Amino acid sequence: MLEARNLSIRFGGLKAVEDVSLAVRRGAIVALIGPNGAGKTTLFNLVSGFLKPLTGAVALEGRDITGLAPHEVCRLGMTRTFQIVQPFGAQTVRENVAVGAHLHHRGRAAALTRAEEVARQVGLAGDLDKLALNLTIAGRKRLELARALATGPKLLLLDEVLAGLNPQEIAGMIPVVQTIRASGVTVLMIEHVMQAVMNLADEVYVLNNGRLIAHGAPAAVTNDPQVIEAYLGHGTAARLRKAAHA
Amino acid sequence: MRGLLGIGAFGAVVAVLPLFVTSGYALNAIVMTLYAALLGQAWNILGGFGGQFSFGHAVFFGSGAYAMAVLQVKLGWNAWAALPAALAAGGAVGALVGALSFRYGLRGSYFALVTLAFAEVFRILANTFEFTGAGVGMMVPLKETVADLQPPSRAGYLWLILVPVLAGLLVSWWLKRSRYGAWLQAVRDNEESAAALGVNAFRVKLAAIMISGGLMAAGGAFYVQYLHYIDPHIAYGPAVSVEALLGPIIGGMGTVWGPLLGAGMLHLLGETTRGLMGDAPGINLVVYGVVLILMVTFLPSGIIGVFGRRLTHA
Repeated sequence: MLEARNLSIRFGGLKAVEDVSLAVRRGAIVALIGPNGAGKTTLFNLVSGFLKPLTGAVALEGRDITGLAPHEVCRLGMTRTFQIVQPFGAQTVRENVAVGAHLHHRGRAAALTRAEEVARQVGLAGDLDKLALNLTIAGRKRLELARALATGPKLLLLDEVLAGLNPQEIAGMIPVVQTIRASGVTVLMIEHVMQAVMNLADEVYVLNNGRLIAHGAPAAVTNDPQVIEAYLGHGTAARLRKAAHA
Repeated sequence: MRGLLGIGAFGAVVAVLPLFVTSGYALNAIVMTLYAALLGQAWNILGGFGGQFSFGHAVFFGSGAYAMAVLQVKLGWNAWAALPAALAAGGAVGALVGALSFRYGLRGSYFALVTLAFAEVFRILANTFEFTGAGVGMMVPLKETVADLQPPSRAGYLWLILVPVLAGLLVSWWLKRSRYGAWLQAVRDNEESAAALGVNAFRVKLAAIMISGGLMAAGGAFYVQYLHYIDPHIAYGPAVSVEALLGPIIGGMGTVWGPLLGAGMLHLLGETTRGLMGDAPGINLVVYGVVLILMVTFLPSGIIGVFGRRLTHA
C-alpha cells in the first residue's frame, strides 16, 4: 500500500529523519512510536507531501508520489490528520466535514449528506451544527478524523488522535479506529498511548533521533532492549532484566 | 432558495426607487452607496470569503477604469464593447498579482503590503505614460446616450450600478453554497488543513482574486461612465482601496449582505455628520476611521455578526 524508502531530511544541522524505510500493508493498522522529538511528525510530513525529502522516495500503491503536493497526495487516496488539531473554527462541524466530502462530491447537498454520515460514524452526530471552535478537545480530534475520512481515503495517517484525551475518551476512540479499518481503510498512526498501540496495531515501527530502531509485532517491540533504552534511558534495559531475574 | 428570493426582492425594490425618489441629491446618494457596496463586495470575495486581506484593491479598480477610458478615448471603442474588456483587465491584473504573491506563499500582512505596492506601481505607471493621459488624467466625452453606456438620467445610472451589485450578491450567495465556496472558506480558515483534504489552495486563491478583480474593475468602469474623468490618483490611490474594505469590515466579512449593509451605514453616517458639522472637508473620513476602529475592536464580525449566525447563512 505505502512504501517509503531511505527517507532523509535535515533542518540546518539537525538530521530530523535519517534513512528511514517503512512499508504498510493494505488493510493493516501500523503504529509509529518513539520518544518526543524522534521525528515521527516530520516523517508524516515527508510521506504526505508537506515536506520534500532530501533523499529517498515514497510510493503509494506502487506509484511514486515523492514531491507531490499534499492536495495531490490526498486525491490519490492518502489523507492525514494533524497532531495539533486544525479545525475551520468559524464553520460548523457539518461544514468542516463537507470540505473533505467535496473531494468526491461536487454538489453541496451531496457533500453535506456525506458529511453527516461520516460525522455519525465517528460519534459526532450530536454536534453537527456546533461551531468547530466550540468543540471539546475530544470533539476536535473526532472532527479531524471525520474530515479526513470524508475524503474517502484508502490510507489514513493519524497523528496522535488520542493525545490529550482522558482514559474514557481514549476507550471511546479505539473502536472508532477499528471501525475505520474494518471499512477497508489502511491506517498508519503515530501514537503515544501504548494501551491503544497494543490494542490496535498489527505492526509497530519505533523511531528514535530520526532513525528507525525497531520494527515488529507490538509485544516484541516493547520488549526490545533498544526501545526500552530509547524511552527510559541508557542502561535501563539491563537493570530491568537484572531486576526481573533477582 | 430563500437567499435568492431576498436578492430578487432587493433588486426589485431598488429598481423602482426612482419612481418615488425624484431629488437628484438623494438619487446620487443612493447611486454612490450602491457603488461603494460594489467595491465592498469585490473586496469581500477575496478578503471576506478567502481571508486574503488586500490593501490595494485600487489596482483592479484603476485597471478597469483606465481600460474603459483608454479604449473609448484613444482607440475609439464603443463603451459597450469596452466594458467586457475592462472587466477582463481587472481579472487579468488579479491573475498577475495573485500568481506572483500566492506562488510565493505570501499571507496576512505580507500579502496586504504587496497589494498596496502593486497599486502604487500602477499609479506611477499611469502617471508616466502618455496613452493613459499621464498626470493630467483622461476625460471621457459626455454623450448621455444609452448607446454609449451613459444613461441620460440619474435613474439610468441607478439601474446601471444595480446590475453589478446584484451580480456581487449572486456571487456571494453562490460562494455560500457551492464546492468552490467551501474550498475558499476552508483555505481562509486553515490552509494546511485544506491542503490535507485535497484542496489546491493556490488555484482556489487565484480564482478568488480574479473574480474579485473583475468585479472591482466593474466599479472602475462605472466610475468612468458616471463621472467622465479618471486620473492616476483617483484610479490607483489608496482612497478606493480603503473604501473597498470599509464596507465589508463594518457590515460583516464573508457574508452575502455585509458589504451592502456596511456601505449603507457608512453613507448614512457620512450624510448625518455632514448635516451636523457642516461641510468641513474630510470630516466624514474622520468619522469613518473612528467607526472602523470601534468595529474592529468591539464587533469583529460586523453588524451582521450582531444578528447572529442565522442571518449570515441566509
